[in-house]
Amino acid sequence: MTFNEIREAISNQFSGSVVQNDELANGQIEINSEHWLEVATFLKTDPKLSFDQLECITGVDTGDDGPLQSHYNLHSMEHRHKVEIIINHDRNDPKVSSIEQIWRIGDWFERETYDMFGIVYEGHRDLRRILCPDDWEGWPLRKDYETQESFHGILVPKIKEEEGWE
Amino acid sequence: MGLLENKFQDNVVVASLDKILGWARSTSPWYFQFGLACCAIEMMASAASRHDLERIGMMPRSSPRQADVMIVAGTVTMKMALRVKKLYEQMADPKYVISMGSCATSGGPYWQHGYHVLKGVDLVVPVDVYVPGCPPRPEALIEGLLKLQEKIQTERPLTRKLA
Repeated sequence: MTFNEIREAISNQFSGSVVQNDELANGQIEINSEHWLEVATFLKTDPKLSFDQLECITGVDTGDDGPLQSHYNLHSMEHRHKVEIIINHDRNDPKVSSIEQIWRIGDWFERETYDMFGIVYEGHRDLRRILCPDDWEGWPLRKDYETQESFHGILVPKIKEEEGWE
Repeated sequence: MGLLENKFQDNVVVASLDKILGWARSTSPWYFQFGLACCAIEMMASAASRHDLERIGMMPRSSPRQADVMIVAGTVTMKMALRVKKLYEQMADPKYVISMGSCATSGGPYWQHGYHVLKGVDLVVPVDVYVPGCPPRPEALIEGLLKLQEKIQTERPLTRKLA
């Protein structure tokens, strides 16, 4: 299926699920976060779409007061087509349904995105930090991230762009 | 050993016990075998047949209890820093630390923007020898190990220290 056919298939199945956004590149579809779980199930199970491989989940911080985003790269081994799903989250309360039980690889992908961006994947059975220590403070890849003062008594140096050491 | 020299048969050597201990300890410092990043590859290359660390008496041990030297080979993250400290504490005295490469010495390329990297392993454990390089070649590491051996040799474990 071509990209437009995939997009059509989703919007015909769930009206209001596809968000109109002219800034997106070819191959990207923005989905309303409320519909994500059913859209994901549809993408996986529909025989014409059959997206059986979740290649990556990554987070994006659009900066300032912009939203946080989750990007899902999907691929179908059977039909050899690809799509990138984008979901926007409210910066102050970023959460979306987990697809960990649809694509099992999503387990660690979601944990990583949670670790770096603090996006909460609701329904994930084991949502812990995966790279940073469990008691790390803050979400490192957010643009407004500020390094914590110290970690278990070890000083974490704060460094400003021009001034060097603080 | 002026008075005792040449008083015995040819196969008897007279030396102070301190010096013999220093010689024995310095020529077999077993190192703790663990690597944290790419420096570990160079450490492995040093231990392998071409450079062969065993010819200077260095032998890898997999347990901190059996090791004398800890070679911190690679980037020490904040998460790993706690574990490096714990491993150091598990080693039996006398123990030595070699900081191998830029990352272990000062944070290296993560000096400015790596929120997760410890800026020098000397913030958590005392370091005896720093080996510069990114990563250091095996020759550089061997030079560092020989420097450490010199340091061990000059120690006098039995001599009473002046208060």
